This record gives sequence, C-alpha cells and structure tokens, in this order.
Amino acid sequence: MSYIGLSRDEERRMLETIGVTSFEALVETIPASVRLQAPLQTPGPLSEIDLRRQFGAWARMNAADHAVSFMGGGLYDHYIPSVVNTLAMRSEFATAYTPYQAEVAQGSLTAIYEFQSMIVELAGTDVANASLYDGATAVVEAALLARHQTGRRRVVVAGTLHPHFLGVLRTYLDPADIAVVPERGGQTAPEDVRQTLGADAACLVYAHPNFFGLLESPAALHAMARAAGALSIACCDPIALALLEPPGIHGAGADMVVGEGQSLGNPPSFGGPVLGFFACSQALVRRMPGRLAAETVDRNGRRGFVLTLQTREQHIRREKATSNICTNQGLLALRATIYLGLLGREGMREVAELCVQKTHHAAEVATKVPGYRRAHEGAFFREFVLECPVDAGAVVTQGLEHGVLPGVDLGQFRPEWKRWLLVAVTEQRSAAEIERWAGVLRAAAERRS
Amino acid sequence: MNLERRLLIEQGGEGHRGPSLPACDVPVKPLSDLLPGARLRDRLDLPQVSEPEVVRHFVELSTLNHHIDKGFYPLGSCTMKHNPKINDEIASLPGFALAHPLAPGDANQGALRVIHALQKALAEITGFAAVTTQPAAGAQGELTGLLLIRAWHRSRGEGERRTRVIVPDSAHGTNPASVNLLGWETVTVPSGRNGHVDLEAFGAALDDRTAAIMFTVPSTLGLFEPEILEVTRFAHETGAQCYMDGANLNALVGLTRPGDLGFDLMHINLHKTFSTPHGGGGPGAGPVAVAKHLMPFLPVPRVEDRDGVLRLAHDHPQSVGRVHSFHGNFGILLRALVYISSLGPEGLRQVSRSAILNANYLMRRLQDTYHLPYDQTCMHEFVLSGRDLRKHGVKTLDVAKRLLDFGVHAPTVYFPLIVEEALMIEPTETETLDRLDHFAEAMERIAHEAAENPDLLRDAPLTTPVSRLDEGRAARELKLHWKSSGSAAKPTAPQTATRA
Repeated sequence: MSYIGLSRDEERRMLETIGVTSFEALVETIPASVRLQAPLQTPGPLSEIDLRRQFGAWARMNAADHAVSFMGGGLYDHYIPSVVNTLAMRSEFATAYTPYQAEVAQGSLTAIYEFQSMIVELAGTDVANASLYDGATAVVEAALLARHQTGRRRVVVAGTLHPHFLGVLRTYLDPADIAVVPERGGQTAPEDVRQTLGADAACLVYAHPNFFGLLESPAALHAMARAAGALSIACCDPIALALLEPPGIHGAGADMVVGEGQSLGNPPSFGGPVLGFFACSQALVRRMPGRLAAETVDRNGRRGFVLTLQTREQHIRREKATSNICTNQGLLALRATIYLGLLGREGMREVAELCVQKTHHAAEVATKVPGYRRAHEGAFFREFVLECPVDAGAVVTQGLEHGVLPGVDLGQFRPEWKRWLLVAVTEQRSAAEIERWAGVLRAAAERRS
Repeated sequence: MNLERRLLIEQGGEGHRGPSLPACDVPVKPLSDLLPGARLRDRLDLPQVSEPEVVRHFVELSTLNHHIDKGFYPLGSCTMKHNPKINDEIASLPGFALAHPLAPGDANQGALRVIHALQKALAEITGFAAVTTQPAAGAQGELTGLLLIRAWHRSRGEGERRTRVIVPDSAHGTNPASVNLLGWETVTVPSGRNGHVDLEAFGAALDDRTAAIMFTVPSTLGLFEPEILEVTRFAHETGAQCYMDGANLNALVGLTRPGDLGFDLMHINLHKTFSTPHGGGGPGAGPVAVAKHLMPFLPVPRVEDRDGVLRLAHDHPQSVGRVHSFHGNFGILLRALVYISSLGPEGLRQVSRSAILNANYLMRRLQDTYHLPYDQTCMHEFVLSGRDLRKHGVKTLDVAKRLLDFGVHAPTVYFPLIVEEALMIEPTETETLDRLDHFAEAMERIAHEAAENPDLLRDAPLTTPVSRLDEGRAARELKLHWKSSGSAAKPTAPQTATRA
C-alpha cells in the first residue's frame, strides 16, 4: 500500500524548484556513517485483503470475539448504541487535531463543553476537564494537585482502590509518601482512615464503588479528610454515579471526583484507549491538569467555545505547568458525550438500575451453587467477589471451554485471593446468560470432586 | 431564520427520550433492599432528547470542524496526514475491541501478538533493543523515559546527584514539564545562530549533575543536527543519558536510526509517524524504545515470548512499575501495526523521503514571500517568520486566521519560541503537488493582502462558522459547563425520582 500523492515526474519537477539534482542532496546533514544502507526488517507490504486475513485471524484468537463476558475490574461490557459508533467515526471528529484554531473547531469544542457539563452533573462538582489518559493517571493527577494545593507530601489511599491504580501512583510518586488504609471486609472503615491520615496528609483517595464492587461511606470519609486538613478524592464509575449521590455534592463533598469513563460508550479494547475523567471544585480550577473548554462570544456576539486557562498547560508554562499532559483522550470523551446525551436522564438511570438488578440476581444464583459464597457482606453495585470452592483460575478455564468469560481471577493480583472471582454483570447480560454462567460455576466445582 | 445553535441540554425536554433498554428479565427488587444504607441521588439533570435529534446535533457539530479528510492541515510538529481507513476497521473487529485485559493470556493471544509484533517493528525502525507500549501519549512516554533514566542512575549509585536535564530552547513544552514531574531541574541551552546546537554552550552545561539530555531530532525548526554524533558522545563522556524526543521520527524512517545516532532511548508518537487519527485531541500512544542497558527497568507487565507462547511477564524486579491502568492504548498500537504492515519496509522509507521533499519544495516556494530565518535544507517541516508583515500592522495570528478562509488549516504559530512571529509548516507526505501549490498561492495572496488591505486580515476569518472568538472573556468569565451558561440552559422542571 502507499498513501503518497506524488508521481515520479512531479518529484523531478519539485527537486528542480528546490535547486538540487537528487533527493540525497536533501539529507546530506545526516552523517554518512549512520545512514541506513540495508532495508528495514519490518513486516509487509500487505494489501487490504491480506491485512484483513491476518488481523482477522488474530482477532479471532481472543476469547472476547465469541465469549459472553462477566468481566469487570475497571472495564465493563456495557451496550454501545449504534448511534455512538456511527457519529464518533465521522472523519470530521476522528481526523481533526486538538482545537487550537477555534473558528474551525467548534464541533470538537462544543462537544468538549458538553462532556464537561455532563461529567459535572454526574460528579456533583463545579468543573470538569476535557479528559485524561485513564483512571489510573486521573488518580495520579488528583494526588499531585492535592500535594500542590496543601503543601503536604503524604498521600493516603484506601486499600480498596484498584490495585493497578495504586501501582501507577507508586510509579509516579515516591512509594514512601503513600500510605494504604487496610480494608475491612472489602470496605474502608472511617476509623482506620482517621488513624492513617494523621496531621500531614495531602489527600485521601478512595473508590466508590470500590475495586470489589462494594459501596463505601463517602460522607464519613469526606468528613475524616476535612478534619485532618486533607483533600478528598473520590474515584468513581460514571454509570454508578447515575444512581448514587454525587460525591462532590453541594461543594461539601469530595474536592475531586475522578475515574475511568470507559463504561460510557467505549469498548474495553484490551485496556486502551480508555477515558480518564477529572472533576473538581471551583477552588482548584487553576491547578487543574489538561484542557478546558469555555463559552465565549465571537466578534458578532454569537456564542462560541474556546480552550481556556491555557497558562496552566505545558505548551505555555513549560516547567511550571500543572501537568505534562498534551494529547488526551478526545475521541473517547466524544463517545461518552454522545452516549450520555443519547441515553439521557431516563436511559442512564435505567442502565444503572438494570446493572444493580442483574448483578444481585447473579449473586443470588451463584450462592445457590454448592461451594460458592460471596466473599464480602457490604452493599454492591454492578460487581461482587465470589469465593469459589476451587481456584478462580480453574473457573475461568472452565468458562472458556463453554464460551463464557466468567469473571476476573483475582489471584493475578494477590496469591491469597486465588479463590476469588470478581464478577461484573451489566445490562447486556440476559437471565439465560446468567444461567449459563451458573452452569460454568457448577461444572468447575464438580470437576474437582 | 438564523437560530443560534443549541446545546443538547437546550433541546427536547420532559417526555423526550433516546433508545429503549430491554425490560428487566430477572426478578426485580426494590433498590432500598439491594443497596441498603446507600445514599442515592434525587435528580439527574442530563438531556432528554430523541435519537434522531441527537444524531442531527452531532452531525451538525461535525460540520463545523476542519479535518484532514476535508483539507490541508499543515500544523508543524503535529503531522496531520492521511489516516488509512482500514486501520480503523481492523481496530473495531469484536475480537480486538471487546478483548478484556484481565482475562488470562491464553484468552488474549491475538492481542498479545499485536503488541509483540509492534514492539519488534518499532525496535527495528528506531535501532533499539526493546520497546514498552504502555505510555498513552508522547508526554507520558517522556515521563516514562525519565523514570528509566533515574532508575539507571540509581542502580549505579548516582541517583542523588544526577537531577538535571539539558533541553534546547527550541524544545516542546512537554520536555521541561515532564522533567518537573520528577522534581528535577531543566537546564535550557540556547540554539546557535544557524539553528543548530551551540556546542560550546552545550558543553558548558554538561557536568556530573546532568542526568540526561533531551533532544528532538530533527529539531522543531525542522533541521537535522549535523553534529548529533558529537552531542551524544559528549553527553556520554560525562555520564549522562541521551533521550530523543521522537515527535519528528517521521523524517527519519528508513534513512537513519536514533539508536545509531548515540541515543539511549526515545519515545515515539504513534499518532504522528504511524498515522493514527488524532481524534480532535487524542487518543495517541507514546511507546518508549530503549537500548539494552535500560531494559531491566522497563515498565511491567512486559509482553514476552516464552517458548512460543506470549505471556505478560511481571518478574522484572528492577522495573520502574506500571504507567497505565492496563496495557496502554492498544487500539492505537493496533492501528500503527496495521499501517506498518500495509506499507512494508520500502513504503515506510518512502514516507520520510516524500515528507522531506514536500517540505523543501514548499519552503523554497515561500522563501521570497515570508522571512525564512534558517535558510538551509530542511527535513519534514520548516519555520517561517511573519515579522516582515509587522510594518503593515499585521501579526502571524492574522495570517493564520486568514488562511482558514482559504479552506486550509493554519500552521502551528508562535512555536518554536526562538523564532519571532513563527509559522511552523509541516505538509506531510500524503499531500499532492496541487495541494502544496494551492497553499503556497494562498500564502502569497495573504502577504499581498497584508500590504493592500490589512484590515481584511485583522478581521479574518470571514467565512468560518464563527468569527474570531474572545479568549480573554472566556478566561475571565470561566463558563465551563452549561449550568454556568446564563444565556444557555433552559430551566429544567424539578424531577421526581424514579424507583424500581
């Protein structure tokens, strides 16, 4: 394949205009000793037909090609309405750059403004940005902001945060500055938080629902953080926020609400690209990371949108920028905007309620299978941990033989969790599919005996 | 009738709704039983709009954008070139789009093959030993690279002392911003008069506190540093590591390899060189390629071939850890691999050759009309200055806005910072001679207009969906969402909570 638009004759004429006789004269500044002589050893060339054959075969090697998914752990199998794909794949959105020339980017800018508006509504905060890379870096950016704002270094993290998010936090920060609150029965006890916070913590980070699918007690956690002079950072799932009291509510709740927004109209895509979102109180707006769209007017007084407060950003402020982020997850934020706009007030609530009903039904069905029980007692939203009579890995293997991805084997995170299966049930799962899944649980338990 | 475009929240209302969801086919219980003790919200002020109107809303918004499929987009340093459609189609295959990163490796062999094959191809193209594909964008690649450098210095007992990074004054803003994230110090060195590195100033800045040098090759002026081998040798002699910002790798593919230039590591912006769509701001991907001595520190998990089976390996005790929630922007990695596979080695080489040819042609066509501060052969892009228009009271910004009226996007303006009134132009290899000539003619006409009718430029753009927007007002009023927008949102009726 080639996507080049010059003929041999045109190349010759262009070299003439430049005033050289060969292309080689244009690259003479590259020292001869390091100029490549041999061709690169890379695959191809392949025609579109051959590309489809090869990559189609590779795609089919992934179980997700055909299996029914009960996978979660941060990324979920929600239904993506056809409208989302059709609109977001339009060239006008997909092949535009960052909206630096606002007069020819009102489409992207208006969509960013609508995204910010709907995230603000879900989070209950004052402001939201245009997106960050993923849930993990959204947590990192929030913790860094809290450190700048408070002048304190220590970051306190609930032990029920996604282990990968904690992992990325440890990569970005000095691990010695991070204190983890041990979990109790899969939840975070305010008393433990108080003890870990001490008097020198910059922030408390917690997840709601947490990594095990359980709800935490946001109001109590915010109160603990505030009493210690620390900022509170809630890491939330936006589908759950359609139902739960928004953590930033009335400016009296979390100072920052961040999280992974994949579930809003984006496929899991083997973990990326996904969608970090970042929302916070007005008091923190000038320290926010990433891009922000704002309303303004043009010279004729017509409403329009621009990127604003760019003096926070690296291309203006360089080493004094609030973050180094430049490219973000714009197209995924657009998908989320279309998804939220399409489902709207009723649809979002229905998706969330269907998740709750089906997840609780699955939990009830599973605990009737001999040997299985829930690992925790707390209230849960769309996900729960199932303690298995065999290794969770064996249940997954059993499922794969029957076209079911039955859940996340938590043994991959910690050896002591090897009998724990993290099960997510979205609005997509039918009662029949839940029965089929229960059959997998039964077969895995029986295979042992 | 000229109704102002309405936001979604200003459309529809009570009684309007989007698509239906399936009826609940499991026994329904009261939420208060299922979520005991949970505090639920009592209202959710999201739009209430029918599906056809949602479609029209976003289609109308889309028509307001300039984009590469519509026209020329010479944004320097951003590499706006044709995005092959087959790449998007393959990324949307269910086996890839629905693959879940927490399923076992056996269930994801296809996805792991993609990552493994891409890492191998990128290592070959850059001349390095290994590649991590976790970083989600170039800036995160920079940070990852600096973490690797820090880990290497620490492993040699020099971690405490080496905390300075030398960055040329023409560098992208992300370089110093990334350095700052580690709590390190940026030492900025000035460029010489010819746009190349000032070897004397550079040498004076190097000492035993230098952790690394960060160089963009070719530079943001579009120039290949002729003394690059001396630069990397000097740096190594003082014990510093050499980091290459790979934003401009699209000028080098098949011509030379950063690993052969003496660099120790680099990041690659897949959305630039390997042509994945920019998506109105992202997503991109910023893989980092490293020489052998940095391999032990690469992020985990790493994709490794162990006896013919691909595995996610965590057993690298010196690793800097994880930088992404999962495995990076896989969908972008996949598109880049499809691109590399479709072009093949010769096609890849042709990319850089044509990018360089197009840039030099355009530079020579425009050098008599606009000031060319560095009059020498360029690589894939070049920088002009609008300083000569000042006598007409016209700024580079006015030239940029006027270009929009000609159906082309403006170049990058006011960057790099070392050129006054800078216009940074990158045509890319996928443009035809016709398109380049059209752009050159537009630029010539604008220069003429600047002399004859400067008000026209100061009033531009005249044909776009909105005229010049008031950025100062946006920053003062800070209307960042539709509840803050007095003119915008219709009051919504109080909502009665629905309960199952």
